[in-house]
Amino acid sequence: MTLLGHFSLWAALLVGLWGVVIAFSGKWRTRPDLAASVNRSTYALLACLLVASFALMVGLLKHDFNIEYVASYTSRNLPEYFIFSAFWAGQKGSLLFWAVVLATFSALAQFLTSRRYADLLPYVAGVTSLVTVFFVIVMLFSSNPFERLPFTPPDGNGLNPQLQNVGMIIHPPMLYLGYISITIPFAFAIAALLSKRLDTGWILAIRKWTLLSWLFLSIGITLGMWWAYVELGWGGYWAWDPVENASFLPWLTMTAFLHSVMIQEKRGMLKRWNLGLIIGTFLLSIFGTFITRSGVISSVHSFTQSSVGYYFLGFLVASAVASFALLYLRWPLLKPEVKLESMLSREAAFLFNNLALVGIAFSVLWGTLFPILSEAVQGTKVTVGPPFFNKVNIPLGLFLLALTGIGPLIAWRKASASNLQRQFRWPVASGLVVLAALLLFGMRNFYAIVALSLSGFVLGTVAQEFYRGARARHRIHGESYLAATYHLFGRNRRRYGGYIVHVAILLYFVAFAGAAFRVDQEATLKPGESADIRSPYGHTYTLTHVGVSQYEALNRVVSVATLEVARDGKKLGLINSEKRQHVDSFGRPQFQPSTEVGIRYNLQEDLYVVYAGAVQGTEEAVFRFTINPLVVWLWLGGVLLIIGGITTMWPSEAGAIRPIPSAAAERPEPAGV
Amino acid sequence: MKAGTKFFLGAVLIVGSVGFLIFEGVRQTGVYFLTPTELAQRTAKDPTFHNVGLKMGARVVPGTIQRDAATQTVEFSVTDGTTSYPVIYQGLAPDTFNDEQEIEVVVEGRLGTDGVFHATTLLAKCGSRYEAEYETAEPEA
Repeated sequence: MTLLGHFSLWAALLVGLWGVVIAFSGKWRTRPDLAASVNRSTYALLACLLVASFALMVGLLKHDFNIEYVASYTSRNLPEYFIFSAFWAGQKGSLLFWAVVLATFSALAQFLTSRRYADLLPYVAGVTSLVTVFFVIVMLFSSNPFERLPFTPPDGNGLNPQLQNVGMIIHPPMLYLGYISITIPFAFAIAALLSKRLDTGWILAIRKWTLLSWLFLSIGITLGMWWAYVELGWGGYWAWDPVENASFLPWLTMTAFLHSVMIQEKRGMLKRWNLGLIIGTFLLSIFGTFITRSGVISSVHSFTQSSVGYYFLGFLVASAVASFALLYLRWPLLKPEVKLESMLSREAAFLFNNLALVGIAFSVLWGTLFPILSEAVQGTKVTVGPPFFNKVNIPLGLFLLALTGIGPLIAWRKASASNLQRQFRWPVASGLVVLAALLLFGMRNFYAIVALSLSGFVLGTVAQEFYRGARARHRIHGESYLAATYHLFGRNRRRYGGYIVHVAILLYFVAFAGAAFRVDQEATLKPGESADIRSPYGHTYTLTHVGVSQYEALNRVVSVATLEVARDGKKLGLINSEKRQHVDSFGRPQFQPSTEVGIRYNLQEDLYVVYAGAVQGTEEAVFRFTINPLVVWLWLGGVLLIIGGITTMWPSEAGAIRPIPSAAAERPEPAGV
Repeated sequence: MKAGTKFFLGAVLIVGSVGFLIFEGVRQTGVYFLTPTELAQRTAKDPTFHNVGLKMGARVVPGTIQRDAATQTVEFSVTDGTTSYPVIYQGLAPDTFNDEQEIEVVVEGRLGTDGVFHATTLLAKCGSRYEAEYETAEPEA
């Protein structure tokens, strides 16, 4: 099977290079047969990589421990469904995963894109094939998943227990899908630049791709938070670790892009900025893979250090130079069609939104790279941690949250005073109601108050938009309000789906505000003893240590500490936290012990219990208790975000209004203006 | 004033605020990251450096970990091959922290005048080739 794997990788290299050479030579412009050949080469590339993936999968499933990768990441007693996650759990497998997914996306892009953009497609294929070929080269010359060992070990090393979690089966591929799908919009941008077709065509062609990669990234990041929260046991979900930051960076620039393309579609402005954003997003996604693989910056989730980092650094620099040089060459062709008319316009709100998002991205990048920068400049390594990122990003994040409420209320081009008054009255009132309620209930944390009041304002904005849209339909078509709201989605999915996403984002902010009130407490308890922990809401939890028990499961020995929870004296039930020692099929301990957190959640707060270990073989146990207010809203926000994201991408109803770029500039907004 | 000019001023304001926040953030929260040898050189040159909060990256000397479960205190020695320091840490140590092999740790805290490093956070990385082995004991966020 490894022979098949090696062979298909080499075949992928040759097929990919064919596509790249023909696409960039430009010969296809006069030879339709060559254009078709470039198009088909993406399918052939996909076929080669599917065969390679099949070969690796067979090796994993058959426990062929003579293959180094299989021996490193699986074992005989690993549950089957985790064998799939072993495919991308290690460096080498994840490179193959990346290549095969990219090949799938590029084949889909060739297949699904309308023939209207036929003169872009060969260039698109050239770019995607070039990126795929890069990954194939890294595998063939540095990090080959089909490498064999000189001997066959009786059993493999097994999968890291922290990766043996359901979230971990979905989280990495989601994040990868996000990272990888960014290549498609990037390829279209480069194709537009190469072919000088610089109207809004390429932006319309990639609309769904950008939404899709944004959605994948969002889901991936949120699942990562959830995994960190339930699996790592330190009580939080985001630690501003370099790898977390690496996933956040392209998300920020992609979010900026999703907003700024609307200005280009409607007003023909920001062409250069949009191209810069999409190139930047692609580079950040490569930068993210570089950070996780190079060991340049020490991080929680880094892969082992290897020469792969140099390949990625080289690729990163080469893509940056080539893309920006191309952008520079086409600069004169990218003049804006109109100028900004007023500060009180939706364009201006979007521009500020973009600046804030890029500003956050820059500060996160700066903080992440600061150890390297400071060592290079001053000779001493200085690091910045969560306090830095919070200090910088909380104010910027709140500014963005405010714009989320303001943007939809302001008219395009120029808003009048009466328009502003009519639009802002109710949303501002709802924000003020929240503010008054918080002060009344005695909340005194400045940032939390601002975040929650702004959330009230944003919610008011979205509610008003829905209400006015539905009322207009009710008056014109005589529909009931319920039916009218439903039809709103049919008419303009991107707009109303986008509002749902805004509500999801404000739920994230609600959860972040809750983090300001986190309570931590450690206790060492003998069986029968109890500890009190006071919630920021005023009530008190009493946790009584019931005892520690042990059991054996398929690939682990588990000791469970059980606590009885009472709230203000009223019994609520039991809560368990586990310490797991994973073992190989001979019963020998493997890996470090890992912790399984006990969580009791409701809409108000999570009670989070970590069993840190027993005192020298007795049942006296060490615990850490954490009260995390409002965490549940983060996961609810995640679910809502998926719903909203899918809504924006759902195919439109027949007969729905599809704005045409130039005409749309003159057309009044469907509702709310 | 033209809209373009106004927007430009607004943009300058935002970019300026971002720059200011980053600058202040680094100034107020930046922490030195030193090896034991670098730390020894610094404190030899400037005794007031004892009071500076910093991070030290080093390896645990195998066999030196002493845990006191009652007070939840851990004492151990770290080294970079040239210089060693004893470390005292109070709190829950991460799962990956043990001295069966030379594991890499990052401790954050202060070097006391008694020559002992008083750590407030302890991060441990498994020295082997497994992935995702860093675990945070007490992150600040």
